[in-house]
Amino acid sequence: MQDIKTKKPGFFKSGTPWVWLNAGAVSASIIMVVGLLILIAVRGLGHFWPKTVWEFDYLEYGETIVLMGERSKVETIPVSQLQSSGRTYDFDQEFVERTLLKTGNRDVYGFDFKLIVKPNEVKVRKPEDAIVFERTQWGNFYGYLQAIREQGNELSIDSSMLWNELKKRIKRVDKLRERIHEIEKEDIGAINYKIEKLRLQQRKIELLGNLDKAELDRIAAQKVAYDEEYAVLKQELDSLYADIKRDSVDMQVMTGQRVQISLADILKATRPNSMGVGEKLLHYFINLKNFITEDPREANTEGGIFPAIFGTVMMVLLMSIIVTPFGVVAAIYLREYAKQGFITRLVRISVNNLAGVPSIVYGVFGLGFFVYLVGGRIDEWFYPEALPAPTFGSGGLMWASLTLALLTVPVVIVATEEGLARIPRSIREGSLALGATKAETLWRTVIPMASPAMMTGLILAVARAAGEVAPLMLVGAVKLAPSLPVDFNAPFIHLERKFMHLGFHIYDVGFQSPNVEAARPLVYATALILVVVIVVLNLSAIYIRNHLREKYRTMEQ
Amino acid sequence: MDAPAISDQVFKSRTSKRLEDEEICMQCKKFSLYYGDKQALFDIDLKIPSRRVTAFIGPSGCGKSTLLRCMNRMNDLIDGIKLEGELTLNGQDVYHRSVNVTDLRRRVGMVFQKPNPFPKSVFENVAYGLRLQGVTNRREIEDRVEWSLKSAALWDEVGDRLQDNAFDLSGGQQQRLVIARAIAIQPEVLLLDEPASALDPISTLKIEELIFELKSQYTVVIVTHNMQQAARVSDYTAFLYLGKLIEFGATDKLFTNPTEKQTEDYITGRYG
Repeated sequence: MQDIKTKKPGFFKSGTPWVWLNAGAVSASIIMVVGLLILIAVRGLGHFWPKTVWEFDYLEYGETIVLMGERSKVETIPVSQLQSSGRTYDFDQEFVERTLLKTGNRDVYGFDFKLIVKPNEVKVRKPEDAIVFERTQWGNFYGYLQAIREQGNELSIDSSMLWNELKKRIKRVDKLRERIHEIEKEDIGAINYKIEKLRLQQRKIELLGNLDKAELDRIAAQKVAYDEEYAVLKQELDSLYADIKRDSVDMQVMTGQRVQISLADILKATRPNSMGVGEKLLHYFINLKNFITEDPREANTEGGIFPAIFGTVMMVLLMSIIVTPFGVVAAIYLREYAKQGFITRLVRISVNNLAGVPSIVYGVFGLGFFVYLVGGRIDEWFYPEALPAPTFGSGGLMWASLTLALLTVPVVIVATEEGLARIPRSIREGSLALGATKAETLWRTVIPMASPAMMTGLILAVARAAGEVAPLMLVGAVKLAPSLPVDFNAPFIHLERKFMHLGFHIYDVGFQSPNVEAARPLVYATALILVVVIVVLNLSAIYIRNHLREKYRTMEQ
Repeated sequence: MDAPAISDQVFKSRTSKRLEDEEICMQCKKFSLYYGDKQALFDIDLKIPSRRVTAFIGPSGCGKSTLLRCMNRMNDLIDGIKLEGELTLNGQDVYHRSVNVTDLRRRVGMVFQKPNPFPKSVFENVAYGLRLQGVTNRREIEDRVEWSLKSAALWDEVGDRLQDNAFDLSGGQQQRLVIARAIAIQPEVLLLDEPASALDPISTLKIEELIFELKSQYTVVIVTHNMQQAARVSDYTAFLYLGKLIEFGATDKLFTNPTEKQTEDYITGRYG
């Protein structure tokens, strides 16, 4: 009898290289994903940490000047690179450390940033009483507090009490600003909305040609009432504005200049150098919260991104509501009712190929078909009084959602079809044998059992839609939307409105803003928020799917 | 015949009537079926007596399941089927144009080889057919579910876990649940397509006893691979071979004294 071979198979034959190759591919993917997340998380989240304000005695053109600001980027570069930019340096080392100093005070110096090199930093200080203002315009301000003025008159306060007094007065300004915002956005916004409605009503009556005197009078009376309401609010607003401008501060900047700043322009004042870790942490979370909940300022380079988050979520939800029934119904017909043959195969191939069409093409289609054709018709038929200003005839939330629904419908169809195909024949037969019609069988057993697959399709659709930017630029995403698509003015949801989108926001802030350098951390932070939003949307869909799966778990075959 | 006498009552209560004296429930007259060009059933002439158990036996592919599935028109789902001859239920042609298929299936219930409960609770599985018929009275549904589960000898085991998912039951329990589901809508005929072939011997025994109980109220037609099973539970047996009905008669006679040579060969295990 022959012995069993005891020799081990060769290295290649044993399959070990395959295991290594596969495991390597998995590791590489994981490293890339984790690395990406860590990169945007660190770069984005680091931005909100209150940074130290440094003061330098800096040697420039043989003179010593004073500089103050935050180190926003530090890098090591070869000296030759410096020299090639035209200046001559006589350092004896090969590499120098170069810092991008954020000096702020754009209104004073005309620039935000300054590049400095380490060898020229004569002396570096960390002044405890350096103050950073976050302002409504002109970006950050760095300086020393000199005096506080009320109605232009300097208050005689002891210099050690100045800082506390300032904080108190900033709180007061905050309250006033909040009230102003409330009146402008909500009260006056609502009145403007109503007045615009009245104008359209009047225009409609004129267009129809039957000049109903009583109706026109009613509108005129109504308008007068609104105008009066507006006048009252305007008066309050004026007094608030006068009030908010009462205080101002005298600040000394790094050049020694004294600058007067109105408290109305100051959103936040901090002294980061005198903060402990706990206080910094507190400010960190406040900054983060403000970033998520506030409106953007200064061409999106400052402030928050709330409208973009809202717009993204709203659009994805609307898209889901449109795409799910549409895709599911189409898949049911394809799989359950259509005669399987050449035509169905052709349809299936086309649907699969639709998923591969570049998204910008969908944007073009959405613009041409939805916005101009459908929207234009809707305007002609239902909103002639508003013309030539378009209502649905320009990009908006609804058209963007529809365009993305179109973009993602193949995913839902394919996933649903697969789900339907997986329902065992025996279950259908069981239902039919009890005297159910085909439709009853579908509704009572097959569709519920296939619902996890439909959710899978929806998850894929959401993931794709939430990250899509290109088509949105054509059909409704804008740099700055004046109002959210949901508010308190009937009919509450305004599908025709333009909206902001996180993806587009990233592009805009990163590449289209007036101050790209200052906005770069915001790009990372916004990217991080976009990822978080998508993850949250997906997790909720996955939660629902798992719930359904548990409920309709199919037989263990 | 060396079938073990699992249950004595089975043999005791077997009908002593002759086929000619039975009341006929379903009948095939020169019934043929084609899958496309291929003929699967050849001129079947068969009478299914009321409130008796009729078994179809024969080797795989002989057409016994096909014939069974014609009886409640489950074969309608397959494309390219052609039929000839007549298949009647209480004298009415099942394949007549005016017949409402769902109504027919309600009257001729079916249980399949593999247990196929719906992914719902035990209660909802049994109530499924009732809800389809538009029964909404909660009380009525509850009563009927209880009655069905009792009739299917399942109540003692699942009466206290009606809200559990049907998939949590064992295979044998699932099959009885499916039978309960079928009888909940009180059909006239119950078609069983190898109902015990996927089950263990104990569950099989329970199903066989259940079949025996059921025949007091329903006409039962059972397809089985297992000749002992046919001998145990049926009153009448039909032997099919290659789409043809070779022999049909009282089970006792067919198994002990078959007329046809082919039948004898099959039941003695010479082929099949």
